[in-house]
Amino acid sequence: MATLVQAVRMALHVGEERLGVTDIFGQDVGPPLGGVFTATQGLRTAWNTPLDERGIVGMAMGLALAGQKPVAEIQFCDYAFNTIDLLKLCGNTYWSSAGDWNVPMTLMTPVGAGIHGSIYHSHSFDAQATRIPGWKIVMPSQPRDAYGALLSAIDDPNPVMVLLPKALMRARAESEAELIPGEPDARELRARIDAPIGDRSAWVPDWPDTPIEQLPIGKAARLREGTDVSVVTYGRLARVAMRAADQLRAQEGLSVEVLDLRWLHPYDWDAIAASAHKTGRVLFLNEDTEITNFGEHLIRRTCEDLFADLKIAPRLHAGAHLPGVGLAEPLEAASVPTMASTLEAIREAARAPEVGRSLRDVPRVVRRAPVVDYAIDPRELAGHAAHRDVFARSLRYR
Amino acid sequence: MLEGRVLEERLIRMQRQGEGYFWIGGPGEEAFNACVGLLMKQGQGLDYDYLHAHYRSSATLLALGAPSIDALRQMHNVKTDPYSQGRNFVGHFSKREWNVAPITSPIEVQFSIAIGTAHAQRRHGGEGITIVQGGDAGTAEGDFATCLVWSSRPNAELPILMIVTNNEWGISTHASTQHGEKNIADRGKAFGIRTAICDGNDVESAWFALEEAMRYVRNERRPFLLQANVSRLYGHSSSSGSNYVESETDCLNVLADKLAARGFRSPDETKRLREQIEASMRAWYEQVITEPKPDPEDAFDFVFADKNHVGGEA
Ligand SMILES: Cc1ncc(C[n+]2csc(CCOP(=O)(O)OP(=O)(O)O)c2C)c(N)n1
Repeated sequence: MATLVQAVRMALHVGEERLGVTDIFGQDVGPPLGGVFTATQGLRTAWNTPLDERGIVGMAMGLALAGQKPVAEIQFCDYAFNTIDLLKLCGNTYWSSAGDWNVPMTLMTPVGAGIHGSIYHSHSFDAQATRIPGWKIVMPSQPRDAYGALLSAIDDPNPVMVLLPKALMRARAESEAELIPGEPDARELRARIDAPIGDRSAWVPDWPDTPIEQLPIGKAARLREGTDVSVVTYGRLARVAMRAADQLRAQEGLSVEVLDLRWLHPYDWDAIAASAHKTGRVLFLNEDTEITNFGEHLIRRTCEDLFADLKIAPRLHAGAHLPGVGLAEPLEAASVPTMASTLEAIREAARAPEVGRSLRDVPRVVRRAPVVDYAIDPRELAGHAAHRDVFARSLRYR
Repeated sequence: MLEGRVLEERLIRMQRQGEGYFWIGGPGEEAFNACVGLLMKQGQGLDYDYLHAHYRSSATLLALGAPSIDALRQMHNVKTDPYSQGRNFVGHFSKREWNVAPITSPIEVQFSIAIGTAHAQRRHGGEGITIVQGGDAGTAEGDFATCLVWSSRPNAELPILMIVTNNEWGISTHASTQHGEKNIADRGKAFGIRTAICDGNDVESAWFALEEAMRYVRNERRPFLLQANVSRLYGHSSSSGSNYVESETDCLNVLADKLAARGFRSPDETKRLREQIEASMRAWYEQVITEPKPDPEDAFDFVFADKNHVGGEA
């Protein structure tokens, strides 16, 4: 039974042998270490880079433009923040060149708290990532999903970001159904694909034969079925929500539905809408800081599009808007959702009094095509001095 | 060169007349940039040269064979603009067919991206190289250091020609107030990177320096850093007035004087040639201003690709 990080490694192996991956690279990604989380041990195309995140992202972009298939790793997402303008550029290259250059690259990076990582190994990246158009973004919580996510990312002609929950790197599948087809049992797998301790210069992995099984882009997974309340989550907290749902069902008789979004962009709106329609109570759950959080976007859309289905206002349980996740356990527990706080948030959402029907009885929002309205007619500008502030006359949309 | 200048003057005029929102471009760099275009190994894919250029590279594109009218189209942000279909500022070229990577507004990022095409070419072998170009002020960005470090990794040296077109200005900040290094090219030396400095206002100096640098990168498969000293003839951009700067050396005059002195072309012939090009440019301009703008719904095109174009899917 593979751990999540072993699943990533197996997928990368399939990627380089069967999907044309040319380069897997990043800090300490090549031999001897094979990645600080071991995600890249034993891979044929893995190599070490200078300690330069901008160089890593730029290298991936350039390789992609040159028709290669790169997979780049940023060692911790905490250190990806100095690459954000390159990530933006990567996301806008196909668009700004009007379809001339697509950028087929995969960027993977460990995210989130839960490993006592202190201020700079506990950051989340989902709020940042979902602010960057032109990327597909996936955050798996299960080994088989991680395996498929990597293969989908590699096969896609666009930039795809794979956010790997740090705390789940050693997590295993919860049931037989979630095994990767062809994977051997845990002990055998370890013997075959984990690098030995000590000198590993002569070591070669013995890869199991696993298929090209992709994770359908934009499709959520229903981890628990329920009728009282919907929890829409992803990453590390998907597993917390699953356990919370089991406990609440067993001990308090609550029927909790848990949706693991998996893809943050494009995301599975149909699944969210169907679940909200059924329960009328939606709790969005993630561990990024709560202000300008991806869950806030989902709440906005839930209010606009699904208002008539709701029994309570949709809620968000997320990280506190603090400058960091502190190292001491009480500090970390105060910064990001825990099992206890998640149980409480679900209970509250399930039991909050239903708001009156009159409030919800409003017409559905119909989306309009954008209408262009020039703030200034460009014709009026003829003959004016050249050095006016050009940006003031930008297009206004309403 | 001459067409490059006439093009830029037309673009400046279009901006002033409200036929475009912003002008930035390459007057003053024509001598050097035309040589880049003429000496590049032009084509698509790893066997040809990749160009990661600066927003002052119009003369390079013209030397490669790009029609001036397409730059006018980008200035007027019409849908027929082949580089961005009205999405980007003028001078932001992109042409996959010739390995011209999209030119972008953020300064110096091309120096981080270029190492990727160069890495692919190192592995591929052959003659193709990567050329990356930017201004002098931009070398203070980390991306320039990225390029120095990544192109000179032991046993992984990259076939990359780094070019710094040095006009001594950022926007309004002079290099002498911010930079302690004597020459930008010297920064290559610490990495064992071969360097040279040329007079980018002089076609001959530019041509021979580029030819030598390209030959070295092509054959040795190692990096080279070339500093070309150039003029900035119309200021930074339309936001700084875009007026002709009399005190700067004009590369067109340098060339015209040489051509006349050596009996290749008289001043009168040069004048007539300029008038011919100006007439064509006016006609192209008149055509462009009748062409349609993109529709609002066009904004939603090209967010995601469904084919791997760069990977060869048609
Ligand atoms: C990263 C970034 N910072 C700031 C700017 C604004 N800006 C545009 S051009 C410019 C000056 C660039 O000078 P240089 O690199 O010497 O190139 P030149 O324009 O002189 O050719 C500045 C500061 C920018 N476009 N990108």
